[in-house]
Amino acid sequence: MNDFSYLKPASRQINFDNFDERLLMYVQQYEPSFLTCISCGGCTATCSAGNLTNFNVRKIGLWLRRGETEKLSEEIQKCMFCGKCTLVCPRDINIRNVILLIKKRISMLKTENEIQ
Amino acid sequence: MIEKSIILPFFVGLIYLFIILIYRFIKWIRGLSKLDKLRLIQSLKTRRFLVALKEVFYEGLLHHKIFLKNPVLGYMHMSLAFGWFLLITAGHIEVMVAQKSMFVPMYLPIFFRYFETGKDFFFSGFFSFLMDFLLLFVLSGVSLAMLKRFKKRLFGMKKTTRLKTGDRIALTSLWLIFPLRLAAESMSANIYENGSFLTSSVGSLFGNSGSETVNFSLWMAYSLALGFFFVALPNSRYMHIPTEVLLIFVRNAGIKLKKRNNTYTDIQVFSCSRCGLCLDNCQMTTAGINNSQSVYILKNIRNQNLSDEQLFNCLLCGKCEVDCPVGINTIDLRITQRIESTLQYNSAYNYLEDIPSQKADMVYFAGCMTHLTPGIIKSMKKIFQMAGENVWFMDEEKAPCCGRPLMQAGQYEAASKLIANNTKKIVGSGAKKLIVSCPICYKVFKEDYELANIEVIFHAEYILQLIQKKVIQLNQSTQKIVYHDPCELGRGMKMYEEPRAVLRKTGSLISIKNEKQMAYCCGGSLGNLKISQEERTILRNHAVEDYLTYQPDILATACPMCKKTFTRHRGIKVLDISEIVVESTPKPTITKRVKVKAKRKVYVDEFA
Repeated sequence: MNDFSYLKPASRQINFDNFDERLLMYVQQYEPSFLTCISCGGCTATCSAGNLTNFNVRKIGLWLRRGETEKLSEEIQKCMFCGKCTLVCPRDINIRNVILLIKKRISMLKTENEIQ
Repeated sequence: MIEKSIILPFFVGLIYLFIILIYRFIKWIRGLSKLDKLRLIQSLKTRRFLVALKEVFYEGLLHHKIFLKNPVLGYMHMSLAFGWFLLITAGHIEVMVAQKSMFVPMYLPIFFRYFETGKDFFFSGFFSFLMDFLLLFVLSGVSLAMLKRFKKRLFGMKKTTRLKTGDRIALTSLWLIFPLRLAAESMSANIYENGSFLTSSVGSLFGNSGSETVNFSLWMAYSLALGFFFVALPNSRYMHIPTEVLLIFVRNAGIKLKKRNNTYTDIQVFSCSRCGLCLDNCQMTTAGINNSQSVYILKNIRNQNLSDEQLFNCLLCGKCEVDCPVGINTIDLRITQRIESTLQYNSAYNYLEDIPSQKADMVYFAGCMTHLTPGIIKSMKKIFQMAGENVWFMDEEKAPCCGRPLMQAGQYEAASKLIANNTKKIVGSGAKKLIVSCPICYKVFKEDYELANIEVIFHAEYILQLIQKKVIQLNQSTQKIVYHDPCELGRGMKMYEEPRAVLRKTGSLISIKNEKQMAYCCGGSLGNLKISQEERTILRNHAVEDYLTYQPDILATACPMCKKTFTRHRGIKVLDISEIVVESTPKPTITKRVKVKAKRKVYVDEFA
């Protein structure tokens, strides 16, 4: 916040031609409860990792929907799997599984990209 | 010459079986680490060898553990295994006596009544009686096995495993072996009169229809059944028979799985007889989850088609391990598979900082779950205050997770980063004791942290110590308490008595049917990453409904996770041990501030 960067936010345009939906589709297939997320942020408020760093579970959900695989692959590493988010979720979403699926799919994508 | 051809199917099957067995056993033993191989060789020279032999006899032949669980099922297994073993041994002795030689051809005892038509050798009457008796013993087991396949409820089993083609071939031929032996021996008894009470009486049923050709074909069929069974054995669940013997020796040598797959995995996987006892213990069936139980996981590892959906759909409660007659470490095995499956994506947690620790005599680590149940933290603070300890509440503001949830998800490497960070802090505090109020944390602190001389104490233990030292005085109430054993504390850490001892001081503790080793999982388990909230609710309600039949005033538990799960059920009052203790301490007699209210005037029109 010190550099006033919030005054000139980066572009949030999404180019749907380049939209990479592989990650989102994978999560939806195996954890359909993710679709019921209302982005309330309860998960973020209770998060143990979020207490130590700027990790934000709600943002993970948003990025997942936007297909920001690159950003996710960095951010998702911060989760400690403690399961508090899953316990507090008012929509009963199995968030731990969502995180596991994202990690799994990203590592699959990495090997896929290497082969290509 | 044609007479001798009946040996052929039996011999071909046996040789094939032996080649496969020797190949597999050598491969498995070679696959063990160097240290484990040394351990195995060393154990053969010590008393452990005798212990293992005894276990082979008790478990492999007598099936002692199944007997304890279910006598009928135990008898079925014993009559088949021990009966067959005795049949082979007694058969050999009989042939040795008849031939007056120590070395007899291997096939002869199997087909003795076919080749030896006379009955004029030493003790022949006794031997034929003994052999008939043993055959009857085995046949009783076979008929029970057939009955069990179609009416499993008679054996107290709710579920039994699904069979594959290989299993079916082996099962059918195994079932046929002994009835065919009876038929063949009876036919021989009919012709040569060399039978005893069983074979003679069955033989007499054949009447005059007995002939050499029928006799030959019956013996041939018997030999074929044996041959088929031997050939089908390596690719069926009956591979557990030879593998279990190896497993017992390997286990007794002190060999364990070390977070990665090696051939010990294979030995355990092949030792599973798919008896299905773990299915009956698994709670997930009540929620309609029927494909991820230990027996199926073992099968899938063997067939190399294990999916993540099955692997991670397990509460890791450990109930399946309790009754496994082979003693397979199902939980270790499953976690190892999870480690293998998540190897590609362990986190590094570079953001972890070394936050300076505070000097204290005692460290308290509440853990993530306790932070969701503030009542426990409040009670713990109160208890520390009563004890007058110099405590550093390590994760009051912020701290990494203990690492256990990561381990349950298979990410050991990631967990080790959290462990290193926490260890530094705890050791840095210079404390002598670490108190934890969450069994999930307790397990990992006890087992995976290297804390030098710092003693890890679970809060129930700590409270019990305080009560014994009379630091805490308790008022015993008449409230009925049912104690719920948390999985990680009970089956996980074998701590059953300490929490109960504390609760006995505070109220009247009721003992219930499903407790200690057979205690329910609350359904909240962090071990399961796939189960949905609805399914968790079914598991929780199932447990609570059982507890409610004892009409307790309080459901006590020692785990914040269990408390959190149970409190969502509105029908029962759930408290953690620490909360109950604080509630039962005598309240300090502070003069109550009595609010003096001005008496309200009653107006007449209010009544109108």
